[in-house]
Amino acid sequence: MNAQPSITNAAIPEQRQVSWAVSFQVSWAGIRRRFFRSLITMSGVVLAIAFLTYMQVMNDIVRALVRADDAVLNVLLQQAGVDIYAGDAPDRMMVLLIVLSLLACLVGIINSMLMSVTERIKEIGTLKCLGALDGFIVRSYFIESSVQGIAGTVLGCLIGLAVAIAIATTNYHGYIAANLPLLSILRSLAMSLGIGTLLSVMAAILPAYIAARKQPVDAMRVEE
Amino acid sequence: MKAADDIIITARDVTKVYQLGAEEVHALRGISLDVRRGEYLSILGPSGSGKSTFFNMVGGLDRPTSGGISVDGCNLQDLNQKQLAWIRCHKMGYIFQSFNLIQTMTAVENVSLPRIFAGESPAKARAAAAEILEMVGLGHRLTHLPSQVSGGQQQRIAIARALVNRPGIILADEPTGNLDLHTGEEIIQLLADMKKQFGITIITATHDMKMLSASDTVVWIKDGRADRIARKGEFEVAIGTIDGKTIA
Repeated sequence: MNAQPSITNAAIPEQRQVSWAVSFQVSWAGIRRRFFRSLITMSGVVLAIAFLTYMQVMNDIVRALVRADDAVLNVLLQQAGVDIYAGDAPDRMMVLLIVLSLLACLVGIINSMLMSVTERIKEIGTLKCLGALDGFIVRSYFIESSVQGIAGTVLGCLIGLAVAIAIATTNYHGYIAANLPLLSILRSLAMSLGIGTLLSVMAAILPAYIAARKQPVDAMRVEE
Repeated sequence: MKAADDIIITARDVTKVYQLGAEEVHALRGISLDVRRGEYLSILGPSGSGKSTFFNMVGGLDRPTSGGISVDGCNLQDLNQKQLAWIRCHKMGYIFQSFNLIQTMTAVENVSLPRIFAGESPAKARAAAAEILEMVGLGHRLTHLPSQVSGGQQQRIAIARALVNRPGIILADEPTGNLDLHTGEEIIQLLADMKKQFGITIITATHDMKMLSASDTVVWIKDGRADRIARKGEFEVAIGTIDGKTIA
C-alpha cells in the first residue's frame, strides 16, 4: 500500500459483484441466527398456504368420493354438507376466501421485510462501506425473504395436507383409503408450492430494492 | 510541504449545502486540506460544525456540492458507484463509534466480509480474517458473536475488519466514543501500532483529547471552515492531567 504513483480515474476498477453462491453463504448466517424472528414472518405464509392446501386437497378427496357413488358414502357426504349433485363447480366464496388469504400473506411478508430494512439501515450502510454493491444488498434480502417464504410454503403444504386427511378420515372413515385420489392431491400440492413460492419471491422484490437504495453514510447514524 | 507523492488525500474548496425545506444549510463553506501519507490526522469540532460532513466526504461516503476531493491522485467525484465501492473496499477501512458489527455474524465472519466483497472465496477470506484477528489479540474469540464480547473487543473486531484488505487509509469516527477511558486508550494504542506496522494513514473525527496526543495533525472545524490546522508540536495537549501518562 505504500508509495503508489498517482493514478487516473480510469485506472480505478469497478467493484465486481460476488456470486449468488457466495451471497447465499453470507446471507445464510443471518437467516439461521434470526430463526425465531423468521418464524414469525413465516407464520403468515404457513397459515395461508395451509388453508389453500387444505381446501384443495379436501376438494380432491370429496370429488373422488362423489365419483365412487356408494350409497352409504353418499349419506356420509350429505351429512358433511356436500352437495353431491352440484358436480365440479367451484365454490366462489371459497375461491374468494383463498385469494384474500393469499393477498393478506403477501402483504404480511412485504410488511415484515420492510420493517427489517428499517431496523437494519445501519447494517446496510456498513456493508456498503465495506464494499458491498447494491446488487449484493438486493440479493441478500431476496435470498432471505425467499428462503423464509419457501420454508413457510413447504410447512404450510404439510400442515394443510395433514389436516385435510385427518378431517376426511373422521368424516368418511375407511372410504378415504379406498378412494384416495393420489394424483390430484399431488397436483394440488404442487400448485400450492408453486403459488407460495411465487408469492414469497414477489414479496421480496420491493423490500430488497428499498434496502439497496440505502447509502453508505447511513452507517454513521447514531441511534440504534 | 513535501513532494506531491506524499500527499494521499487532497480536499480543495469543499462545500456542502443541504436543502432543509425552503432553507439552505451551509454545512461546509470551503475547506482545503492535504493529508500526508502515513500521518495520523484528527478532525475536531463541536456538533453541527460540519465535522462529520467533512469526515464523510473524505471517506467517499458523501459527495461535495462544489470543490473536489482526491485520494491517491484520483478525483472521487468523477467515479461511478461501482468505482467508489471498489475504493471503499480496497483503499479505505472504516471504524465506527458504535462498532457497527453485523450482529448475526461471528467475529471471523464479520472480518471476512471485506475480503469476500473484494472477490475472495469465503474459505480464504476466513483464513485471512482469523490471521488479522489474531494480530489484534482476539485469536481466542473467532467464533463469538458481537453480543458475546465486550465493547473494547467489539471495537478490536471492527479494527480487524477495517484492516483486513490492507487499505491505505483508516477512517475512524469517534472510535473511543462508546468506550471507557482505559479501553479507549487501548484502542488508540492499537490504532497507533497498526499505523506503524502497516504504514496506513489514519483520519479520525473525535473530541477525545487522548487521541490528540497520538495525532500528527489536528484540524479544528468551526462553522463549516477549517478554523485551525496544527502539526505535531504546534498544539499542546494537557493529557498528563487526565490519568498521569501520555499515549504516543
